[in-house]
Amino acid sequence: MTAAGRKRASPASIIGHAAILVFGLAAPFVFPSYTFQIAMLWIMILFALTWDILGGQMGYNSLGNILFFGAGMYISAVVQISLVYDVAAYTSAFGAVKVDFTTAQYFTGIGLGIVAAALACTVFAVIFGSMVFGLRGPYFAIGTLGVALAAGELVGGWDYVGGGSGISMPVYPGEPEARSLFFYTLCFVSAISTFVFLKWAYSGRFKTTINAIRDDEEKAEAMGIHTVRYKIVAWGIAAFFLGISGAIFGNMAGFIEPLEVAFPTITFGIFMVVMSLLGGKGTLWGPVLGATLFHIIKEVSWTYLLGWQWVALGTLIIVNVVFFQQGILGWAQEKWPAFFGIVVDDKLSAKGAVASEAAE
Amino acid sequence: MTNLIEVSGVSKRFGGVVANSQISLKVPEGSITGLIGPNGSGKTTLFNSVVGYHPIDEGSITFEGREISNLRVQQIARLGMLRTFQQTRIYGKMNCMDNMMISVPQRQMPLARMFSKFPREVIERAEAILEFVGLYQKRLLPAGSLSFGQQKLLEFAMALINEPKVLLLDEPTAGINPTLINGLIDRLRHANQDFGITLFVIEHNMRVIMNLADNIYCLAHGEMLAHGSPDEIQDDQRVVDAYLGAH
Repeated sequence: MTAAGRKRASPASIIGHAAILVFGLAAPFVFPSYTFQIAMLWIMILFALTWDILGGQMGYNSLGNILFFGAGMYISAVVQISLVYDVAAYTSAFGAVKVDFTTAQYFTGIGLGIVAAALACTVFAVIFGSMVFGLRGPYFAIGTLGVALAAGELVGGWDYVGGGSGISMPVYPGEPEARSLFFYTLCFVSAISTFVFLKWAYSGRFKTTINAIRDDEEKAEAMGIHTVRYKIVAWGIAAFFLGISGAIFGNMAGFIEPLEVAFPTITFGIFMVVMSLLGGKGTLWGPVLGATLFHIIKEVSWTYLLGWQWVALGTLIIVNVVFFQQGILGWAQEKWPAFFGIVVDDKLSAKGAVASEAAE
Repeated sequence: MTNLIEVSGVSKRFGGVVANSQISLKVPEGSITGLIGPNGSGKTTLFNSVVGYHPIDEGSITFEGREISNLRVQQIARLGMLRTFQQTRIYGKMNCMDNMMISVPQRQMPLARMFSKFPREVIERAEAILEFVGLYQKRLLPAGSLSFGQQKLLEFAMALINEPKVLLLDEPTAGINPTLINGLIDRLRHANQDFGITLFVIEHNMRVIMNLADNIYCLAHGEMLAHGSPDEIQDDQRVVDAYLGAH
């Protein structure tokens, strides 16, 4: 938790991490009929983790992060198609061209597509960041929401990428089982990479600085901290991983279009906020926990409360926001502060009396 | 002694309100300079102008001979001029150690160090300074859970670890109990003498400022009223009138 009280990994924590890894690796074989659902769970975890960089750790509630998901999806699609076809001809033909990607073309395309999506989205974040980071508080939330909505509309009117009728993605060259395993692996690896990267990034100066921006940005400026630089980098990180997730999701879905699949501000765009709040924003594990619970509740209510599923989700959000604002981990931290390293030290100084002389 | 800060002919208006009019003052290097004046006399406005919080309407402000009135807050802070706030500002949800560590100077910070961990020396130094202000035991508590007086001490400690050349303190003893005030005066003096930090202090508590400062400026109605040693200021009829109201 703290930069000062760095702890060695305890056996319990090692077992916990190992259990998650084992679950992730074994899930598609143990629960083959749920492979798609569990792949979506990893995407949801990635969503919550990346939203929390700004929303939780830095105190900037972005409602527009979905922008990078959609942008990544379209960038990847264009890269994949342009390797083999003319993109405009491909999209305007809408299935009339006999689409045929060889196995090598397909995998090269998807690899390049993911890389291009990640890099381009990072560049977008830097460009949009320098525009919207002048906004604070609710204005930032509305400003980013506006950017995401505008992106959906713009793509919808852009014929080169198929406009409102979307793009049929290249077809996976193999059996359906192999396909679902392939995409499951991509989702799993990208979520784990996001987590590991953030765990590393949150272990030092980066986390402390963006936390300082959250607690009092004006003070941080008065102390000479490079606030703008950190804000842009933080958003760039979120955009990088969201771009990857978009590229993967687009291929996994098989068909992409602007409003429902690429820039779904009112479903995925809101889910990422809700998941972080549910688990406890501003913590590393909170978003993971929140995403897992949310995804399970969502899937269960879609199965057993069909017709009422949105009501159930709405109720969850209301209970969360009204009674439980600090989220699960935030609540645990209040209840058991000592477990999170929030303690009064009995020692008066680091080295006892000697230290106080040295300080004099 | 050379002058670290020189303010000459600075005016600042907010709409029709003249908050500072033709203010000139000098803060000699190594000194403790006081700034007093009745409520609303423009002290904090002057502080804000000096640290670059808002642009000034006329005049010039130099720091170590360099014009700074056109620089932004962060740039001025990185030159080595730091301020504390009248309403104490700390990072409430972060613990005291993190508050300290984020305050180490970022004068030359390459991009690559954005993600670096805090080196052992920084942690030790943060602990030593927290001990100096008497907050070592509470270093792992969220700063927001400290009492107001302790938060003031923490803010002061955060300023110290930044190793500024000059520290602008806006009412450092406001809202602190008398016992803690004596401790704070000692620590301010200590910071000035042993760490070589020039202090520029706004203070309402006359006992404190008369004890602490080498020379004092007095503002009233946005204008410079008087300047002198603590004794001269205490005997100045204009200052007494400004505070008590002239008949």
